[in-house]
Amino acid sequence: MQEQIPVTVLTGYLGAGKTTLLNRILSEPHGKRYAVIVNEFGEVGIDNDLVVGADEEVFEMNNGCICCTVRGDLIHIIDNLMKRRGRFDAIIIETTGLADPAPVAQTFFVDQDVRAKTRLDAVVTVVDAKHLVARLDDAPEAQDQIAFADVILLNKTDLVSEDDLKAVEARIRAINPYAKLHRTQNSNVALEAILDRGAFDLERILSVEPDFLDGHHDHDHDPDVVSMSLTIPGDIDPEKFLPWINEVSQTFGPQLLRYKGILAFKDEPRRFVLQGVHMIIDGDLQRPWKADEKRVSRLVFIGRDLDQAALTAGFEACKA
Amino acid sequence: MTASITSSPDQGPRFELGAHVLTAHFIGPLALFATAEGAVAAATPGSGLEGQNQVDQSGLVLAVAASDGKALIVAGERGVVRRVTLKDVSDIAHCSGAWPTALASGPDGAVAVAAGRKLSVWRGGETIFTTQAPSLVQGLAFAPKGFRVAAAHGGGASLWYPGQPAAEPTRLDWKGAHLDVVFSPDGAFLVTSMQENALHGWKLADKAHMRMTGYPGKPRSLAWTVKGKWLATSGADAAILWPFQDKNGPMGKAPKEIAVRGDSKVTRVACHPQVDVVATGYDDGMVLLTRLDDLAEIVAVRPMASAISALAWSADGAMLAWGSDSGFAGIFSARQSV
Repeated sequence: MQEQIPVTVLTGYLGAGKTTLLNRILSEPHGKRYAVIVNEFGEVGIDNDLVVGADEEVFEMNNGCICCTVRGDLIHIIDNLMKRRGRFDAIIIETTGLADPAPVAQTFFVDQDVRAKTRLDAVVTVVDAKHLVARLDDAPEAQDQIAFADVILLNKTDLVSEDDLKAVEARIRAINPYAKLHRTQNSNVALEAILDRGAFDLERILSVEPDFLDGHHDHDHDPDVVSMSLTIPGDIDPEKFLPWINEVSQTFGPQLLRYKGILAFKDEPRRFVLQGVHMIIDGDLQRPWKADEKRVSRLVFIGRDLDQAALTAGFEACKA
Repeated sequence: MTASITSSPDQGPRFELGAHVLTAHFIGPLALFATAEGAVAAATPGSGLEGQNQVDQSGLVLAVAASDGKALIVAGERGVVRRVTLKDVSDIAHCSGAWPTALASGPDGAVAVAAGRKLSVWRGGETIFTTQAPSLVQGLAFAPKGFRVAAAHGGGASLWYPGQPAAEPTRLDWKGAHLDVVFSPDGAFLVTSMQENALHGWKLADKAHMRMTGYPGKPRSLAWTVKGKWLATSGADAAILWPFQDKNGPMGKAPKEIAVRGDSKVTRVACHPQVDVVATGYDDGMVLLTRLDDLAEIVAVRPMASAISALAWSADGAMLAWGSDSGFAGIFSARQSV
């Protein structure tokens, strides 16, 4: 079995600083070679040997799952990139500002060939500190890009006051308190902060406490995209949990942007780790619980108009 | 299964090409292999690798046998389509923008190439037809008779007569993402492979649907046995053969499973040009030949820790060329075995 190639997805609005970041990644002397998949091919100069243009072709899957979409062009490109593996060590996908991140993320869950050969390392979202608030008010894509992010670069911080920055951060945290947030100017961030994060590796994501600002949720501004975290201090019953989470994915799938969990199943020495995008759930038993580790079952949902009471009650009912 | 597997020593030469083998094709007794890094290598069973020619500096995305059998048609990363013969390499078409996504060779030197939704048909170095498909085109095929081209795309397939550019295309709708496309040898059926681990077929006379499902993986390799009696496919741990002898195709009939191996997936299939024998290539590098009459099997290539990515018979059926995704290739002499 060959090692899976890490894939970093760069999202963010035009002008937020995505291309600056991309060119920094490519030009720094890290000794890694990247294959870059770009939209708006040829419009912006990208100095790299292997640049492939994509056309954002979203395919609806005919598998009974109404919101299950994949990026057909990405599957085709990655399939072909893997035929020239000697030329690169990692893949970066730059999406357009208007792109919905869900089909991109779902591609890495749904397509078994892509999944066998690559792993989604992190979704990195670059946002403009000055204009993000207005975008969040008028564009659902902007909210989705924040919701899907594992790492957020709050860029162009030199153009706004500290108070404004705090307000923007609060808006971001209300949507996604789990992403790593970095304040930057000219997309200037240490590359370790965005590459090889293993952010889709749940081990890391859920081991970090959510970065709530002052512990307050501010739902006034973004009534639709919210996040919630549920914890049961102990074991749950897989016989109850698995049918429930499946039902949740089917019932609330269209509203659920991302969800993740690490669960302690009764009489199971290993941790059950799951993640989902809309109706697609992926879960399996991973490493054993360590002797000094508390067996805790925890679930995180990020989505629109979540029925928080129903989700809380449903999860509580799965107690072992 | 009653047939016995006779392990024969690997017959014929084996060599390393250093890059993923996209396609193999025989011109007479000479086997050509196109690689993803842009080379076309030539080899014979007697002397092995005879030479390699870098036909595209950027690397190749697609390669298919020319419909006249006398050349390989290749498409590179920069969108240049070339005809590669034993003597020369000539530019015959190009597409701009993204990497080419589909390529097919047609009658009288025609070639169809797609990049994303853009589809063009070329002949004599000129574009004779261009159109925009409803969605990303990942498969193209020319009809066995007449001058008609089919494209597989998101939501189904479309057929055009490139000689009648004003005519409306025939649309064959079926929800989902369609990848490869083939006509049956008699031109009665069109079959696509799908992202959803299935095949979909249409009887062209009445657009009747044929659903062929149950694959654990995508069936990306499709090949017709002699006279189109069976459609052999990859995508499972066996070669799956759908019966097409009947005028309604495989509807209501079960497929035949041959060359079953529980531990490996079939990646390529190639049908012998004269007799009912199917070559099945697996993800562990093994190639098995199966005679359909009695299901007798022989091992043509032993496992080698890389997947078979190309398989092609010579026109007389005496040789089978194979290539792998890690750059190994070889020629199996089948005369004594089949």
